[in-house]
Amino acid sequence: MNTTTISDTASHHDEHDAPTGIARWLASTNHKDIGTLYLWFSLFMFFFAGALAMLVRAELFQPGLQLFQPEVFNQLTTMHGLIMIFGAIMPALVGFANWQIPLMIGAPDMAFPRLNNWSFWLLPAAGILLIATFFVPGGAISGGWTMYPPLYIQGGMAYDISILAIHILGISSIMGAINIITTILNMRAPGMTLMKMPLFVWTWLITAFLLVAVMPVLAAAITMLLTDRHFGTHFFNAAGGGDPVMFQHIFWFFGHPEVYIMILPAFGIISTTIPAFARKPLFGYASMVYAVASIAFLSFIVWAHHMFTTGMPVGGQLFFMYTTMLIAIPTGVKVFNWVATLWRGSITFETPMLFSIAFVCLFTIGGFSGLVLALVPVDIQLQDTYYVVAHFHYVLFSGSAMAIMAGVYYWLPKWSGRMYNETLGKLHFWLTAIAFNITFFPMHFLGLAGMPRRIPDYALQFADFNMISSIGGFMLGVSQLLFLYNVVQCIRRGTPAADKPWEGADTLEWTLSSPPPYHSFVTPPHIK
Amino acid sequence: MPSPSAPWTKNRRMAVMLLGVTALFFGFGFALVPLYDVFCELTGLNGRTSAATNVITTQTAGDTHRVVAVEFTSTVMPGLTWAITPQTARLEVHPGELHHVSYRVRNLSDKPVVAQAVPSVSPGLAAASFEKLECFCFSQQALDPGETRELPLAFTVKPGIDKDVQTITLAYAFFKLDDAKASPAAEIP
Repeated sequence: MNTTTISDTASHHDEHDAPTGIARWLASTNHKDIGTLYLWFSLFMFFFAGALAMLVRAELFQPGLQLFQPEVFNQLTTMHGLIMIFGAIMPALVGFANWQIPLMIGAPDMAFPRLNNWSFWLLPAAGILLIATFFVPGGAISGGWTMYPPLYIQGGMAYDISILAIHILGISSIMGAINIITTILNMRAPGMTLMKMPLFVWTWLITAFLLVAVMPVLAAAITMLLTDRHFGTHFFNAAGGGDPVMFQHIFWFFGHPEVYIMILPAFGIISTTIPAFARKPLFGYASMVYAVASIAFLSFIVWAHHMFTTGMPVGGQLFFMYTTMLIAIPTGVKVFNWVATLWRGSITFETPMLFSIAFVCLFTIGGFSGLVLALVPVDIQLQDTYYVVAHFHYVLFSGSAMAIMAGVYYWLPKWSGRMYNETLGKLHFWLTAIAFNITFFPMHFLGLAGMPRRIPDYALQFADFNMISSIGGFMLGVSQLLFLYNVVQCIRRGTPAADKPWEGADTLEWTLSSPPPYHSFVTPPHIK
Repeated sequence: MPSPSAPWTKNRRMAVMLLGVTALFFGFGFALVPLYDVFCELTGLNGRTSAATNVITTQTAGDTHRVVAVEFTSTVMPGLTWAITPQTARLEVHPGELHHVSYRVRNLSDKPVVAQAVPSVSPGLAAASFEKLECFCFSQQALDPGETRELPLAFTVKPGIDKDVQTITLAYAFFKLDDAKASPAAEIP
């Protein structure tokens, strides 16, 4: 993509109200500031929920109960999952959207700047509520992040607080999604047709539609839980003619698109970094767009593959098995296109590229274990075992989280105007990639051998793999401090970055200065 | 910025539209509840049995070429202090035959208690073919302190039952009814 004009310089638009100090952040309507806030919030939550995972791995280091009673252990696993999903991965991706979408489509800001401010500032409120549940009588929620009744109906005060927090997070996500869709559809620079948009923007457009469609369904499900708890309804209570299995249907109607909400923008990041470092245009751009759209569509008709063991008739099992396996086709298109982009490219291996290549390899392992779980007879054996835990950490950590890290290293020079330390970045990458595999690869074996998930104690034959897994987990946790250090050092005293530090980068944001002016693209660039 | 008002109305229109979509899907979440019930009723999935049939359509002469085992079990839900035992654990029947079995219940508490049984049939595929002609689950059961009672059940397995089904399990969950709810209101099939 070529641009004919380099729009504006830093100074001329800054005369109007630009608050400083804390007010700059509290009252900000600037997409760059809000993007930064989202990213810091998610980094904090990433470390908080990561610390919970460290406690989980500490308890599982040896068989027997050493550190926590089962109730506390269950709170740790539940809150780890809930916070990582709603507090770390989703806000990080929205942070990317805020920073990058206006820059990549040549828009001056998001469509609704004040709504954007509100979307962000709801998050800390929800985050505080969630963390506070550890200190209420009865402790935090402990029935798993999926919130299944009847456990979720029977629990204490934390359950109500968590419902409120999830409602707030949902409202924030929906408003963010409305903002993103409107920005992308209405505010592209002249000449930026839909099929010229960078793939990252495409993936976010489709993700935003998924959010608008399924976050309200989650809101409905947890509202029903709340009324079952307090207002005498019996949606999920068999005594009153309700059905707990129905909750699982409603929840997974949200839950399965939700997993694509967490991975599609990651696909977008990888589709940006791989062409940049292979110095070739993305292979099969149009097929990538159609693949993302088909994945999004299919995500609505596969939900019951999470429920093969609930007594579903064979016809239903077969339907959901085949639709699930169908998703492998568009996903395969994407993986092969990334590989074809790398083919005969002039590849260099800077930190973002290392993370991207690891993403392609490790996410594919997660995709394949997902195909294994899609097989009904296999899934009936593996349901709720560590195989499932291994599978979703391969797609969520080495998928979403490592794509986020790739994106942070890739765009940090643009955002901060300074270069990060490449040596430390590479060290962070290698430690993360190795520790990740030490942690999660053995979980495949544990699951195949029958170790159930969400249990603080286990049979002796699982001891060795658990110890390996815990050692890997501690390594993985400590390595992330290196990430924090590198980011902070980069912002504070990194060497100034060039406007376009990556030779192969070709999207619009690289036509601006590093860091970009506070108000960019006030005059839209013209795209040929 | 050239004409800020034009894109602003355009954006606003789109936001309102998307809010409408949000509201629609929030409603859809709730609409799934009746849809789910209708779906289960129509297909007989999820182990839900149909309501009582007053017309006795079955003849006692069954399909003697086929044997289906019926197993009986029950659960007492939290809060109810009853002991419940199926008097027959397992019965082999020919489809089409009418059979009578019973459950023995005993109120272990020192108070009169009202409870209701909710049936479930496994596999879900067989639920539509399992017909209860008389069942204690059609009404609430009130037991005095320490009282023991035999609760009757008359059923037939319809001849059209899926050929893959060899064994049917009939499970009752007994729920205590609050004083407020122990009224003609809770009619559960």
